[in-house]
Amino acid sequence: MFDIISFIPRAVMQGIPLLLGSTGEILTEKSGNLNLGIPGTMYVGAISGVIGAFLYESSLPNPEAFSPFMAVLIPTLACLAGSFLMGLIYSFLTVTLRANQNVTGLALTTFGVGFGNFFGGSLIKLAGSDMPYLALSATSNAFRQTLPWANTTGWFGQIFLSYGWLAYAAVVIALIAGYVLSHTRTGLHLRAVGENPATADSAGINVGRYKYVATCVGSMIAGLGGLYYVMDYASGIWSNNAFGDRGWLAIALVIFTIWRPNVGVLASVLFGGLYILHMYIPSGMNLAVKELYKMFPYVVTIIVLIITSMRSKRENHPPASLGVPYFREER
Amino acid sequence: MNKEPLFHISKRSAVPWYVAWIVRGCAVVLALIVCAAVTVLVTGENPLNIYSTIIHGTFGSARKIWVTFQNVAILLCISLAVTPAFRMKFWNVGGEGQTLAGCLAAAACMITLRDALPNWAIICCMIVSSIIAGAIWGGIPAFFKAKWGTNETLFTLMMNYIATQLVAFFCVVWESPKGSGQIGIINQKTEIGWLPVIGGQRYLLNILVVAVVCVLMYIYLNYTKHGYEISVVGESERTARYVGIKVDKVIIRTMLLSGGICGLTGLLLVGATDHTLTTTLAGGNGFTAVMVSWLAKFNPIWMILTSFLIAFLGRGAGEISKTFGLNQSFSDILTGIILFFIIGSEFFITYKINFRHGGKKESGV
Repeated sequence: MFDIISFIPRAVMQGIPLLLGSTGEILTEKSGNLNLGIPGTMYVGAISGVIGAFLYESSLPNPEAFSPFMAVLIPTLACLAGSFLMGLIYSFLTVTLRANQNVTGLALTTFGVGFGNFFGGSLIKLAGSDMPYLALSATSNAFRQTLPWANTTGWFGQIFLSYGWLAYAAVVIALIAGYVLSHTRTGLHLRAVGENPATADSAGINVGRYKYVATCVGSMIAGLGGLYYVMDYASGIWSNNAFGDRGWLAIALVIFTIWRPNVGVLASVLFGGLYILHMYIPSGMNLAVKELYKMFPYVVTIIVLIITSMRSKRENHPPASLGVPYFREER
Repeated sequence: MNKEPLFHISKRSAVPWYVAWIVRGCAVVLALIVCAAVTVLVTGENPLNIYSTIIHGTFGSARKIWVTFQNVAILLCISLAVTPAFRMKFWNVGGEGQTLAGCLAAAACMITLRDALPNWAIICCMIVSSIIAGAIWGGIPAFFKAKWGTNETLFTLMMNYIATQLVAFFCVVWESPKGSGQIGIINQKTEIGWLPVIGGQRYLLNILVVAVVCVLMYIYLNYTKHGYEISVVGESERTARYVGIKVDKVIIRTMLLSGGICGLTGLLLVGATDHTLTTTLAGGNGFTAVMVSWLAKFNPIWMILTSFLIAFLGRGAGEISKTFGLNQSFSDILTGIILFFIIGSEFFITYKINFRHGGKKESGV
C-alpha cells in the first residue's frame, strides 16, 4: 500500500535542499550568471555549518552549557559566511575578470566538493570516531525542533508541522525571492541586467553591483540548502559524498520551475518525491528497476526544457544574456 | 565629484602567443605558491618536500609514468571530443555522459555477444557500437538545440545523470557475482573483447589512439571545410546563415562527432584498461575536459600541454594526500585553486588596465 502520509514529509525533506539551491540559482541566473558552482557551494555551506557546530560543541565545558539558540546561530552564520565566499570567488572571476562562466562554475564545484570532503574527513579524524562519519546530534536536535503541535494533530501535523525551522525559512525565502523578482524595482533592475546588460547599463543601473549582489546572496541561500541537508535531513551526520548529486538536481529544478522561485515551493516537493519514489514503488526483487526510477527527475527536467523552448513564449525563456560576460566597451 | 576613475579597462589587440603563455605560466607559479601555503597550513611540512612529492608521485617510477600518461590520454581524448562543439559555442558539458554511453555500449557487446561471435567480430562491434552510443548521446541535445534552440548546457548536464543511472541499471542487471550490484572484471578468464596490448604495455594502445585523434582533430578543425564552418557558426550564427551555411546541420554533425569521440574514449576505458563497468568510470573527466579545452583556447595541440598540466596536478596532489596522510579530496582543493588562478589570468591576456594619467604607472601583467 502506498503510504502517502509518510511519503509526503519525506518528499518535502528531500525537496528543501533543492528548493534552497534552486532559489539561490534563480537569483544568480536572473542576473545573467549561470553558476554551475552551486553544487560546490552547497557542499561548502554544509561543511562550514558542520565546522561551526563542531567547534561549538567541542568548546563547551560540559553538556549542560549547551544552548540550542547558539547551536543554531553559530552553524548558520558559518554556513552563510562559507557560501558567501564561494559566491564572491565566482563573481570576482566572472564579473570583474570576465572569465568564462561555465569553466569557472565547474572549477568552483570541483573545489567546493573537495573542500567539503577534505574537511569532513579531517573532522572525522579529529573527533576520533571509529565510523566513517561525524555525528552532531545535539546541534541537529536544535535544528530539528518542530512546531509544538506536530505530534498532536495527526496527519495534518505530520504533513505540515513536522519540519525544522530551516524548512519553513526555505519556503519564506523562496516566496520573498519570487516577490522581489516580479514586484519590486530591484527585481526589475535585476531582470534587466540578466536580459540585456547593455540596456540596463545605459539606464543607469550598476550592472556589476547587481551581478555581485545577486550571485553572493544566491550562493548564501544555496549554502543554507547544504546546511539543511546535513543538520536536519541527515540528523547532523556528516559523511563524505552523502550529499551526492543534489546540487545538480537543484539546477535542474531551476529550469523545471521556469525561473520562478514561488513555483519552486511545490516543484521541489515533486522533485523530492521523484528522488525517493524508488523506495516506495514496489519492485519486488528487481533492484535494477530502482536505478531507472532515479532517472525520473532528470528526464522530467529535460522534457520541461524542451517544451519551454518549443513554446517560444518570451517569459518562459532563460534570461537572454545568461552565460555571457558583460564588457561595457564591447557592444 | 566627476573625477576620472582611477583606471579603466580596455581590450587588448592580439597578444603574441608567448606573452599569453608567460602570463599563464606566472598564474600557475602563483597558484603553486598558494597551494604550498595551504598545504603547509594543513600539514606543517616544508613546501619543498611537498613539491618533490608531487614530482615523485607523477614520475617516481616507470609504472607511475605510465599511469600519468594514461590519465593524460583519457583526459585529452575527452577534451578533444568536446572541442569542436566549444568552437561553435555549443557548451557541451555532457562529456561525462557521452563517455559513459560509450562505456556501456562496449561493455554490452563484451557481455551479451561473448558466446555468439568470434573475438575479432566482438571487437568490431564494440568499436562501432560505442562510437554510435556516444554520438547518440551527444546528438540528442544537438537536435533540440538546432530545431528549437533548447539550452544545451543544461540539457547535456542532465544527460550525464541519465547515462549514470542507465549504467547503474545495467550494473545490477549484469552483476556478477549475483547480489553484489557490481560487474567486476568482464571476461577475466577468456579475455574476450579485450583490446590487444601493444608492446607489453597496457596503456600504450590508448596513448597511440589518442595521439592519432589529436592530430586528426587539429587537421579537421584547421584545414577542412567542416572546421571552417564550425568556426563561422561559433563567431556568428547570422553570418553563417548569410553565407549559406546550414547552421542546424553543422550543429548536429559537430555534436555527433563530439559525442562519437567521447564514445571512443569509453571504448578505450572499458576495452583496453579497466575491463569493467561502473558509474564512476569516466571519473569526472567529462567536466575537467571542459576546463582543459578552454585553457588551451580550443587548440588541440596546446591541449596536450593543458591536459598534461591538469593530470600532473591531479596525480601530484593525490600523492601529497597519500604521503602526508590527508584524504584524497585534498587534490580537488589544490586543483580548484590552480584553476581559479589560470581562469583569472585570462583576464590579463584579453584586457589591459589603463591607469589614470598622473596616477600610478601602468602595471598590466
